[in-house]
Amino acid sequence: MSVPAGYYLILAAALFSIGAVGVLIRRSVIVMFMCVELMLNSVNLTLVTFARIQANLDGQVLAFFVIVVAAAEVVVGLALVVNLFRLRASTDADGVGALRA
Amino acid sequence: MTGLAEGAAVAAPAGSPAAWAWLMAVVPLASAAVLLLVGRRLGRAAPWVAILSAGFSLTLAVWTAVWLGAREAGERTVVHTVATWLPAGDLEVDWAVLVDPLAVAMSLLVTGVGLLIHVYSLGYMEHDRDIPRFFAYLNLFLGSMLVLVLGESLLTLFVGWELVGLCSYLLIGFWFDSRANASAAKKAFVINRVGDVGFMIAMFVLFGAIGSLSLTEVLPAAEGLAGGTLIAVGLLLFLGATGKSAQIPLYIWLPDAMAGPTPVSALIHAATMVTAGVYLVARMSPLYVQIPEIGLVVAAVGAATALVAALIAVAQSDIKRVLAYSTVSQLGYMFMAVGVGAYSAGIFHLLTHGFFKALLFLAAGSVMHAMADRGDIREMGGLLRDLPITGGTAAVGTLAIAGFPLTAGFYSKEEILAAVADTAGGEVILAIGLAVALLTAFYMARWFALVFLGPRRFEELEDPPHPHESPLSMTLPLVLLAVASLGGGLLNLDPETGLLAGWLAPSVVAFEQTAAIIGHGLLEAIAIALALVGLAAGVLLYRGGPRVVSEASTPVVRFAQDAFRVDELYRAAIVTPGHWLAVGLAWFDARGIDGLVNGAGRGTAALATAGARVQTGFVRSYALAVLIGTVLLIAALVGVWMAAADDLMLLGGWR
Repeated sequence: MSVPAGYYLILAAALFSIGAVGVLIRRSVIVMFMCVELMLNSVNLTLVTFARIQANLDGQVLAFFVIVVAAAEVVVGLALVVNLFRLRASTDADGVGALRA
Repeated sequence: MTGLAEGAAVAAPAGSPAAWAWLMAVVPLASAAVLLLVGRRLGRAAPWVAILSAGFSLTLAVWTAVWLGAREAGERTVVHTVATWLPAGDLEVDWAVLVDPLAVAMSLLVTGVGLLIHVYSLGYMEHDRDIPRFFAYLNLFLGSMLVLVLGESLLTLFVGWELVGLCSYLLIGFWFDSRANASAAKKAFVINRVGDVGFMIAMFVLFGAIGSLSLTEVLPAAEGLAGGTLIAVGLLLFLGATGKSAQIPLYIWLPDAMAGPTPVSALIHAATMVTAGVYLVARMSPLYVQIPEIGLVVAAVGAATALVAALIAVAQSDIKRVLAYSTVSQLGYMFMAVGVGAYSAGIFHLLTHGFFKALLFLAAGSVMHAMADRGDIREMGGLLRDLPITGGTAAVGTLAIAGFPLTAGFYSKEEILAAVADTAGGEVILAIGLAVALLTAFYMARWFALVFLGPRRFEELEDPPHPHESPLSMTLPLVLLAVASLGGGLLNLDPETGLLAGWLAPSVVAFEQTAAIIGHGLLEAIAIALALVGLAAGVLLYRGGPRVVSEASTPVVRFAQDAFRVDELYRAAIVTPGHWLAVGLAWFDARGIDGLVNGAGRGTAALATAGARVQTGFVRSYALAVLIGTVLLIAALVGVWMAAADDLMLLGGWR
């Protein structure tokens, strides 16, 4: 007896919501960054779930793409965060209003 | 007699003066253009250019008259088309001249008096610094007046009509650096516009009814017009005429027009332009002949104007204002004549008045020249000794305008009164006409006595002038006009068989006269008696100076001195309400219309300020907005899907 697909989707929605709320309300760039990752992975979970429901592999393939892009994004994003921290000694996102520090 | 009303117009034979008559108008216009452009460089030659072009027009006018006189009486209506002006659908207007006895008579007056006044101006304007401009305007006027007189279409006539109005404006305001002159010019222009509106509407109505504005088509078709159309056109054209010819209710500009140089008053505001209204009514005689009751209105307005202006003239003390009101009064006589259908009598008086009133104005100019530009006749007196030629010719003019037997004015006034006496319902008009004849003789005698007779009051002034006779260029026109004022009666010794009556017959249609209010012999005797009494009373009362009546300053006299306060009445009744209307509309424009526009601007700005609050600059708040929007959109979509289909493939597994 397997777990119904609906539960996966609900879990994915919950993760996505947590991620979205985290992006919106947290100030630390690092935490916001992690929340984005959470949202991406919730989408991956959804893709895989639907792939199972539809019984084809398109969704799972797409999930791999997402993982690859997310990895690249982490590289760039963390570099930005490190540089930002070097410049301002803080990772507070609201403090970065101006393009020039 | 076949004439214009029967559509008997023929084309001008090539090479005849009628085919060249348009040059009569064009040459002075071209000369005016030359003088305006390079007049200053011409220096002392400038007036001669103007005089030569006026002389050319006179020569051509005389040649045309002689040529026309040699033709059969039935073939004296000649049209020559120079160019097409407006080919616009049904409306086609040509630059065409209509050479017929009426037009030729008018152009002889215009060019003849015009040339004399050009010559006179040579002396009168000698010391002015702007001589080329003055002569340019005189030439422009001469050409414009000839466009008016010779125009074959009502529209070309109207072009001339407006152009002479423009010249009048330019010449009244010739010395425009004085505010009074400039506002007199403006007044003349604006009041004329009121009449012009009537003229224009009349043209629209005629075009609507007949489909043409050409006189050779309109006048023969006038017979077939409906009664209402005829009455409307008749009244509207007369409204135009009251503006140009200074009749009640639009006469008030003419006395102020005396602000212009005196030769201008003589040429434009006495002899020629102001008679354009009379000419217009006479020109449209085939139309007016069908509505004698409107003719009676015209005559009544003329009579009322003649009386009012004559009464005012009695109390005036400015040498030119007396003559100005006299002109208004005499124009009233002309309208009396054309109103009762005595067109040849009206045109006859127009011509003789052109002679003696031009003479009187030029004499007044000569007097002012001698008096160092003083114009108050109460300060003059005894000038006959210093200015024998001016005084003598002015005496001739005074006798002529008063209707002294055998002078030109005697014959023309007599014919008008006789025509009125033959009109059914003309009793009151006749009585007014006779009263005005008495008044005319009286105020002109007063004028003459105060200026030329009695004690030399000007010697008691501070800085008394030293009067001297004017140069030959000024006295020569005076003498020639005096001769015309004396002998002008020869033009039409008898209303039926006279030279002018026969000459004008192809151009104008006379009314059938039915009544006989009073015998012509008796009428003539009464008129002569009135003229003599008026002259004698005027000379006797005022020979000793101005103290007798006009200084009594009773309210009545002061009322007449103030020209019956008509200006004040118009100011209170029309100008002030118009001013307040304008102020109200200006307020509405500033607050209403501009308020709407400014309000739109301010509303947009307020909306933008409110909207700008949403733009916090925090990316996360934007992201929140995006999230909320997306959630709402998806919720809506899901709702629609779920309502539309029970079996959702997407959610199939979940179910």
